[in-house]
Amino acid sequence: MSAEVLSSGAGRRPDTSESGFGMTLDRREFLQWLGAGVIWVVTETGVWAQARRTGSGARADGLPLGARLHLGEDGTITLFCGKVECGQGARTELTLAAAEELRVRPEQIRVVLADTAEVPDDGITAGSRTTPATVPAVRRAAAAAREWLRQVAARQWQVDVAGLKVEEGKVRHPESGRSLGYADAARLAADDPAWQQPVPARVELTPASQWQVLGRSATRPNARDLVTGTHRYPSDLRRPGMWYGRVLRPPAYGARLVSVNLSAAEKAVPGSLAVREGDFVGVAAPTSAAAQRALKALAATAEWSESPHPSSRAVYEYLRRNVEGGVPANPFAEEWAAASRRLRATYHVAYVQHVPMETRAALAEWEGDHLTVWMGTQNPFGCRNELARALGMPLEKVRVVVPDFGGGFGGKHTAEAGIEAARLARAARRPVLVHWTRTEEFTWAYFRPAAVIDVEATLGPDGRLTSWHFININSGRAALDTPYNVGRSHCQFVAARSPMRQGSYRVLAATANHFARESAMDELAAMAGQDPLEFRRAHLPAGRLRTVLEEAARRFGWTEKTKSRPPGVGYGLACGTEKGSYVAACVEVAVDEPQGRIEVRKVCQVFECGAILHPENLRAQVEGCILMGLGPALWEEMRFANGRVANAALSRYRVPRFTDVPELEVHLLDRPDLESAGGGETPIVAVAPAIANAVAQATGRRIRQMPIRLDAAS
Amino acid sequence: METSYSLVVNGERRTVASEPGRSLLEVLREDLGLTGTKYGCGEGQCGACTVLVNGQRAHACTVTIEEVAGKTVTTIEGLAIQDRLHPVQEAFLQEQAFQCGYCTPGMILSAVALLQQRPHPTEKEILEWMNGNLCRCCGYPRILRAVRRAAELWRREP
Ligand code: FES
Ligand code: FES
Repeated sequence: MSAEVLSSGAGRRPDTSESGFGMTLDRREFLQWLGAGVIWVVTETGVWAQARRTGSGARADGLPLGARLHLGEDGTITLFCGKVECGQGARTELTLAAAEELRVRPEQIRVVLADTAEVPDDGITAGSRTTPATVPAVRRAAAAAREWLRQVAARQWQVDVAGLKVEEGKVRHPESGRSLGYADAARLAADDPAWQQPVPARVELTPASQWQVLGRSATRPNARDLVTGTHRYPSDLRRPGMWYGRVLRPPAYGARLVSVNLSAAEKAVPGSLAVREGDFVGVAAPTSAAAQRALKALAATAEWSESPHPSSRAVYEYLRRNVEGGVPANPFAEEWAAASRRLRATYHVAYVQHVPMETRAALAEWEGDHLTVWMGTQNPFGCRNELARALGMPLEKVRVVVPDFGGGFGGKHTAEAGIEAARLARAARRPVLVHWTRTEEFTWAYFRPAAVIDVEATLGPDGRLTSWHFININSGRAALDTPYNVGRSHCQFVAARSPMRQGSYRVLAATANHFARESAMDELAAMAGQDPLEFRRAHLPAGRLRTVLEEAARRFGWTEKTKSRPPGVGYGLACGTEKGSYVAACVEVAVDEPQGRIEVRKVCQVFECGAILHPENLRAQVEGCILMGLGPALWEEMRFANGRVANAALSRYRVPRFTDVPELEVHLLDRPDLESAGGGETPIVAVAPAIANAVAQATGRRIRQMPIRLDAAS
Repeated sequence: METSYSLVVNGERRTVASEPGRSLLEVLREDLGLTGTKYGCGEGQCGACTVLVNGQRAHACTVTIEEVAGKTVTTIEGLAIQDRLHPVQEAFLQEQAFQCGYCTPGMILSAVALLQQRPHPTEKEILEWMNGNLCRCCGYPRILRAVRRAAELWRREP
């Protein structure tokens, strides 16, 4: 195991209250900020990433305790973690996790997140993994530190460790009344090699029944900075001598640059800089307006060669035609032939954007051949690797720092803006900030994949499913398999050649797969002449999914409501599971057919993800998922033709607003007896199919497409 | 060609040498070091850049520097009086009405503008007034609670 070991020297702590939120400190300043205390172990580039890859599930196994936690002689406790904060609540949750096991108040803990030079690689912040993987790793380390405190006290007092208890930040010896805090222990045993030892894989964690801090709500540590405007998001960072960069974008997807006259930039804005490196062309200038003017002048001289690109109107046929190896056929010919009733349906899901409030932003600064990039990304270590590759540099010379940033939703896994800023900064010999415009974000960030989903299902004479054939073209595997008892089942994802650059999005393809599956379940229920709730119950074994479904239906009053339905109103339900959590939603819609208007009036959702760590934050995530989900359900769709996006602006791409918020009833089922799963993604999957089902009930028309539009051919 | 513009920002007279046509948003963020006002769309659609110009709500992204010359501008940095938060900030804090927080300054300024005009807004007035402000984390229910709470606090200590 190779790790650089540094004793943090004593010294006055500079006032850098923002350091924990991604501000710029070099190693010396960082050590000063950390303050004197136990041995701090900086994780060496790549080593822990490797340990993580080979370790099974339990990430950061083999990580020295001193790389995860630092106890200061002045009583500060610092937690190091490779996750990022972009609104999903990791900073608070990790603080609570450490406080719980250390038996201290959360306010005593500072958290340094996502600085590749100073924190361990905890993997990408995605897939709802912080809660089930990183929280336990942090708790193990904190519990190990608590144990260490007992050991130090036992040695100091020459007593049996078994008689020592840790509470309220101190270890106590009840018989003698002595006590010792973390700061005292840090002074007494600062050089204890225990801090260089790996966190033991087995440490006893506090059971949920005894939690004092976890399971309750807490405020975000930097909340005040958010309401006063003092928190520095990546796009807010400024460095001495910094310039603003802009990048030349092709006029259309697939267009290649033939020629460009770089000197046009200098002519338009004297003193500005223009760079070309292969296909990359960018400018930098002292203000954004100047950079924009330089870019415009330069763009006017650019010549491009374009190639054909399919339009969004024809994209579903295009995807079907471009499946690698063809679309698999239904293997259940016998069931198909023998069935009492059959469903054959295809569902479409449009390409959409994530539209985080903060568009991509990165500030790059070179010091000799070392590069530091501050940027908004969910993938700090991955982006460091991407930067190193793009710029032809060794990993250890690239540092990525991620200040708490303005929204990710699965859309910020890549380093584009960082690479652009780094190229410009290298040429300009000064720091450069690149902050994408909304149009750039709409056009050049990756999209949530479009989906074409074929469903073929058969019912027996008793109204039970006998076979289920489900093919997802292009969008992905997440939640592909059906949780229902369907007889014989064949669920498969097949890749297609996507004409759009695509990537992840909150809960990946689980939304598309649930949309198709839960729509199809309603269509089948109607064929079987059964109520959608009863039809699902008949095909679901007892368990967590059925529990949330029944709970949502009960709270919504499904049975009573559907008995007497006013005209123009529809009720729909849907349920599902992904990433270890369970969700069900019932919705009420009002439909104005002549106007083509669908109004979602009420959403009642039940969600269960095991033991709840931070209830208020979980509620915020569930509400946020439901409301965000209304967008792709009802309006969001990238429209493009000839390689050009037609609606790359918020004035032409409708996302949910205040007046779209329906009556919300959110119920969180706590299961302290179960492991905690993440809750920031799965709560989005039920809302779209529930709406489609409600619209079908209100109008008699089945819309097999997201966004669900009444003008769509059904 | 650079021109000199004078305006009062958060109670302080500031002079900016700038080419004309630049947005107030850019000048605040790049020349005056006031990065609390955010960019979200550049076309008046998201409210992230909301400020007060002569006490009225404005989108800093669609206002040019020459249009605000001689006027007073209030940004998120100008609301608290030293350590004492403005009641609207206090309400957002108490309700934890933010996830990523990027929309928060604009939300707060919009709410301030609303309450200045209507200290007793109805639910409908709140919704319609705030509708120009986007929150992509979709924390709308909490933000609404914060605005209602702000109205209460406001009435107590204007
Ligand atoms: S940035 Fe001004 S309204 Fe969006
Ligand atoms: S809190 Fe993230 S955009 Fe509103």
